[in-house]
Amino acid sequence: MELFEILTSAAFWAAAIRIASPLIFATMGELICERAGVLNLGIEGIMVAGAFAGWIAVWAGMPLWGGVSVAFMVGMGLGGIHSILSVPFGLSQHVVGIGLTLLATSATFYTYRVMLPEVSTPPKIDAFQPFPIPILSDIPFFGPALFQQTALTYLAFILVGVVSFTLYRTPLGLAVRAAGESPAAVAAQGLSVTAIRMGAVMVGSGCMAVGGAFLTMSAFDSFFFDMVNGRGWICIALVVFGAWRPGKALFGAILFAAFDALQIRLQQTGIGAVVPYQVFLMMPYILSILALIAMSRRAEVPAALMVPFNKGER
Amino acid sequence: MRLEPIANPSLTRRLTLPALAIVATIVIASLLALIAGGNPFAVLGQIIIGAFGSKFALLETLNRATPLIFTGLAIAVAFRAKLWNIGAEAQLYAGAVMVAVLGTGALQLPAPLLLTIMALAAMMAGAFLLLVPALLKTRLGVDEVVTTLLFNFIFLLFVSYLLEGPLKDPMGMGWPKSAHLIPEARLPRIVDGLRLHWGFALALIAAVVVWVIDAKTTLGFEMRAVGQNAEAARFAGIPVTKVILKTALLSGGLAALAGFSEVAGLKGSLTLDLSPGFGYTGIVVAMLALLHPLGVVVAALFVAAIFVGADSMSRAIGVPSYLADIMLATALLFMVLAILLTKFRVRRD
Repeated sequence: MELFEILTSAAFWAAAIRIASPLIFATMGELICERAGVLNLGIEGIMVAGAFAGWIAVWAGMPLWGGVSVAFMVGMGLGGIHSILSVPFGLSQHVVGIGLTLLATSATFYTYRVMLPEVSTPPKIDAFQPFPIPILSDIPFFGPALFQQTALTYLAFILVGVVSFTLYRTPLGLAVRAAGESPAAVAAQGLSVTAIRMGAVMVGSGCMAVGGAFLTMSAFDSFFFDMVNGRGWICIALVVFGAWRPGKALFGAILFAAFDALQIRLQQTGIGAVVPYQVFLMMPYILSILALIAMSRRAEVPAALMVPFNKGER
Repeated sequence: MRLEPIANPSLTRRLTLPALAIVATIVIASLLALIAGGNPFAVLGQIIIGAFGSKFALLETLNRATPLIFTGLAIAVAFRAKLWNIGAEAQLYAGAVMVAVLGTGALQLPAPLLLTIMALAAMMAGAFLLLVPALLKTRLGVDEVVTTLLFNFIFLLFVSYLLEGPLKDPMGMGWPKSAHLIPEARLPRIVDGLRLHWGFALALIAAVVVWVIDAKTTLGFEMRAVGQNAEAARFAGIPVTKVILKTALLSGGLAALAGFSEVAGLKGSLTLDLSPGFGYTGIVVAMLALLHPLGVVVAALFVAAIFVGADSMSRAIGVPSYLADIMLATALLFMVLAILLTKFRVRRD
């Protein structure tokens, strides 16, 4: 009965959409990389860097959207490092990705300590505030759940549309998808697989960084070291769950976030008094693994994912 | 650009490029030290002094290297067979949990017997923890990178639960820590009075054992064959699935020994901050060692020296010790690039 009340309340779904937002950005970012044939395990570190970059930029006096742009640029830069090593040099995407996560995370913490040596609690910024969309936000249930979010959440949903449209309705998207399916065919068309893949990794990494920035600039208003806390890895699972399609991945992210919001609510009910809180905190990670298992039989992996392309060699 | 294989890379090429990777790492670290307001020479000098400058510093470095040898070996074994075990952190804690379960008085046995049982139990726990993702990989094709990573988060929460519940120290003043190990469950020090325990010796032995397995046994050959080309290995009649599962057991067991050695040798009880990421740093160690078991020992000492030295440098000069983590990550990336360039030449189209 309690469960029914939770699931039918607009506040619950508003929370779910809020929790889903950073995942949507980062999942779209990872999806772009993987559709072009590059697994980007730098995602966790890029999100940490993005969370810090956007927040510190605003703290230093930039407007909020300036902070989002800074986060995007930092993500692009880190993606650039990944793409140089993984695309033209064709190094192991596992090793490069893990290395980049270690690099981005430690560089972020280092910069934090250098810029804010004396603080015990990180300073707060004036984060994005809820921006009710006129008329739509007055619709019963759907208004409060969907249309009273922050601007960054609306941007996340717009991004899904843009990614979906670009991938399936434009020549650029066709080239990106082909680079991930059959790079030799792309090269035969006279296009540069290297350029397409590098571009995809950089743009994708920019999206991941904005996902991180959502945490410091919209969900919260400050930066903490363990803020991202595995969300990047969860997004990699969400890409698989979404079968590498933007729409399905969006659905996966919202479903996942709903479960996450539910475990937070359940902690405060009678169940929470009996079950240790760690079990609730485990749920997102367990769900991700279950999602991977559920999709394992039906996975439509891009054929050239993790396969380096060296023109003239193979 | 494209890459062109070099038939017989010269010795100069094979030595110069990795050396350049180290130089590039030091240059970047120096620049970062400058940004933080430290004199690069003082910073690097202090890192070396802090790691090797005194008997205490040297022992601290050896102590810090011990878990890194175990996790480095665990990663090296797994990566050689292209089993991407990023879950050494969880496997380390699995070993540590077994030590806390068995070593706090549940088993009253003479020290040699108790320590052996604890080590074996730890290895089994770690092995089991990696066996699950390995089975998911071989049976269902679920990518083990993500599952092992997610297991780290799940298992740390499980440890947190244990330390606040069943394993909680009744005398712990409410802190989430396990009870102290009984004296029989502690790894003794190698030399009386010096803060270096038998875990370090065990780590060296493990490295030799892994090297023997790797170089002299059929399993070692099969593991490398699977790593180089699983399809070809299958075609040649190697039971690929079995080899991957055996690799997982070995890798998980080795990582768990890091937890065994840290709790039984160094700390004496289990806490949530037992490992500052030894499982992840093991990846850097293994890669710097080019996945060679004996190289892991050298790489672990190098990595431990940077960490211990950076801690000391940070106290003396005030440049954040995260500099060490940056140095290791850059060293890793430069090194894989350098190794590639020893085998390939870059050609312009």
